[in-house]
Amino acid sequence: MSRAEASSRAEASSRAQASARAEETRRANPLWTLGLFRSELLTTFRRWRTLALLGVLAAVPVLVGVAVKIETGDGSTAGGPGGGGPAFISQITNNGLFLVFTALAATLPFFLPMAVGVVAGDALAGEANAGTLRYLLVAPAGRSRLLLTKYATVLAFCLAATLVVAVSALAVGALLFPLGDLTTISGTRIGFGEGLVRALLIALVVAASLTGVAALGLFVSTLTNSGIAAMATTVGLLTTVQILDQIPQLSALHPYFFSHYWLSFADLMREPVHWEGLTRNLGLQALYAAVFGSAAWARFTTKDITA
Amino acid sequence: MGEASATGPDTAGARPDPVDAGDGVVVTRALTKRYRGGQLAVDGLDLTVPAGSVFGFLGPNGSGKTTTIRMLMGLIEPTSGTAHVLGRPMPRSARAVLPRVGALIEGPAPYGFLSGRDNLLRYDAADPTADPRTRRARVAAALDRVGLTAAAGKKAKAYSLGMKQRLGLAAALLRPRRLLVLDEPTNGLDPQGMREIRTLVRELASDGTTVFLSSHLLDEIEQVCTHAAVMARGRLITQGAVADLAAGARGRLVVTTPDTGDAARVLKEQGVADVVVAEDRVTGEVPGRDLAEVNAALVTAGVRVRGLGVERASLEDAFVALTGEGFDVAG
Ligand SMILES: Nc1ncnc2c1ncn2[C@@H]1O[C@H](COP(=O)(O)OP(=O)(O)OP(=O)(O)O)[C@@H](O)[C@H]1O
Ligand SMILES: [Mg+2]
Repeated sequence: MSRAEASSRAEASSRAQASARAEETRRANPLWTLGLFRSELLTTFRRWRTLALLGVLAAVPVLVGVAVKIETGDGSTAGGPGGGGPAFISQITNNGLFLVFTALAATLPFFLPMAVGVVAGDALAGEANAGTLRYLLVAPAGRSRLLLTKYATVLAFCLAATLVVAVSALAVGALLFPLGDLTTISGTRIGFGEGLVRALLIALVVAASLTGVAALGLFVSTLTNSGIAAMATTVGLLTTVQILDQIPQLSALHPYFFSHYWLSFADLMREPVHWEGLTRNLGLQALYAAVFGSAAWARFTTKDITA
Repeated sequence: MGEASATGPDTAGARPDPVDAGDGVVVTRALTKRYRGGQLAVDGLDLTVPAGSVFGFLGPNGSGKTTTIRMLMGLIEPTSGTAHVLGRPMPRSARAVLPRVGALIEGPAPYGFLSGRDNLLRYDAADPTADPRTRRARVAAALDRVGLTAAAGKKAKAYSLGMKQRLGLAAALLRPRRLLVLDEPTNGLDPQGMREIRTLVRELASDGTTVFLSSHLLDEIEQVCTHAAVMARGRLITQGAVADLAAGARGRLVVTTPDTGDAARVLKEQGVADVVVAEDRVTGEVPGRDLAEVNAALVTAGVRVRGLGVERASLEDAFVALTGEGFDVAG
């Protein structure tokens, strides 16, 4: 390398210093910081896997609605008053709106949390697996910011998944059955409009019921570099908890299982509404979110990213 | 060649500098990484990358190049020692430093289901200091710079390895950077692609960007780098200006002649040390005096000189001389 070249390099480097000083103003703009959340939403909802999960969830109310329609085609009512079917199923033939409650009751124990477990489990482990995590971090996304964004996106998915079930159920219900005033569990009558509001509230409560699983899945996702392993672990944990929740000998532990109060959402269909189960459920979800959210943060902010 | 390295990036900087003056864009002190498996990947590394240099980071497979780069980028925590990038400690200052650093680490990693353009939009959105109003324009410019404009709308999973590598480079070039860290950037590229990368690196360097380039290809380093460091088994063997490193392996005076015996005697008389005769070549250390005088002396002594010159040592010779071994993978 010649001396002339060397001095031109030196000049170049002093130019770099000048531009660097101009760049000192490179500050994170609080509004721009949301760009990652927007990008994360777009990326998540453009994955075929996400769309497939939402598709399955949308199909459940269709299946339930068609089954009920076929079974009652001869004029009899589905399930007796003491029938063993999912909640509200016997009422669907009178009012299509009940399909919303039935579909949520049918998907909340497994389909919905499984879908959330898949998305949450894959959130960080999948990025690590693909190697994209290191590029997000050198962008730099910031570890806490990325984790928060991931959790916010999983929560958005919880809401989207629940709404997909509810809207699909409402559409199928309206198509196959009559709509109108409805009778609450307590026996009082409420108008269709109020019924719709209750349905929306129930959907929101169901979505909130999934925040604990979401935090658990995200924590598992920080433990491994394999998206598949994280998804499988989360779904496995979910199934295990559901089974343990059925074993009477473990009844002392039951109140701490994240799924224990899930079906309390039906209390929103009482007149007046019973809040106890609902608040216990939301409190438990908040506890899970706090515990596993902190664990995920502790792990992810100190982890060596070697993938 | 030392001039460029004399001015650190922050010596005239506005903000207080936690490291000694006269330092470089990248400074590590006793930087060490032992992986959890017990593998000592980087061992007491003292590296100084001068501002404005194209710095070649050279070493055989498994010598700890990528591990060092991961520590510089704050992806992994050093076991001990310190690393400063742009004058700030890593990984602590990652969020302040990294917006001004572009990096390609251990191969590209695009989202396969997104187009090349959408990949860049996402990586740019991850940077909270990047202006979303100029995002599309900057992405288009980066794609253009690496020659991917035509394939920008294609899903990245349909890219060839070389195209993915270019996409990774484009991500590193989304904004003007003070430092580019490129881990084996020509991996998977065709010869044309390699030439383009070299041209790109020279261009960036002439704009004042410091380029830190890891490679196990010696001639690649020799062609583009102003400075280099050589790693082997996690240890730094040497670092300095490329010209000095090659000279460190001592270029040799070579006289081609049928009269080797006489030539060797005359050369010794002329003060040439370490004279070796091999077939019709007499070689020795380059003397301090004018080679024309040496030549005149040979001719005066009746030595029939077919050729006389200095054979410059290559970096490969330097490497072999420094490590005392071939360019092999360490266990
Ligand atoms: N995640 C890891 N866990 C344990 N050991 C590792 C890990 N990554 C790398 N190593 C070990 O650390 C050493 C240095 O690896 P590194 O990837 O830094 O080498 P490199 O110089 O980049 O090699 P290459 O030229 O092949 O890219 C190797 O011996 C490797 O086996
Ligand atoms: Mg490597």
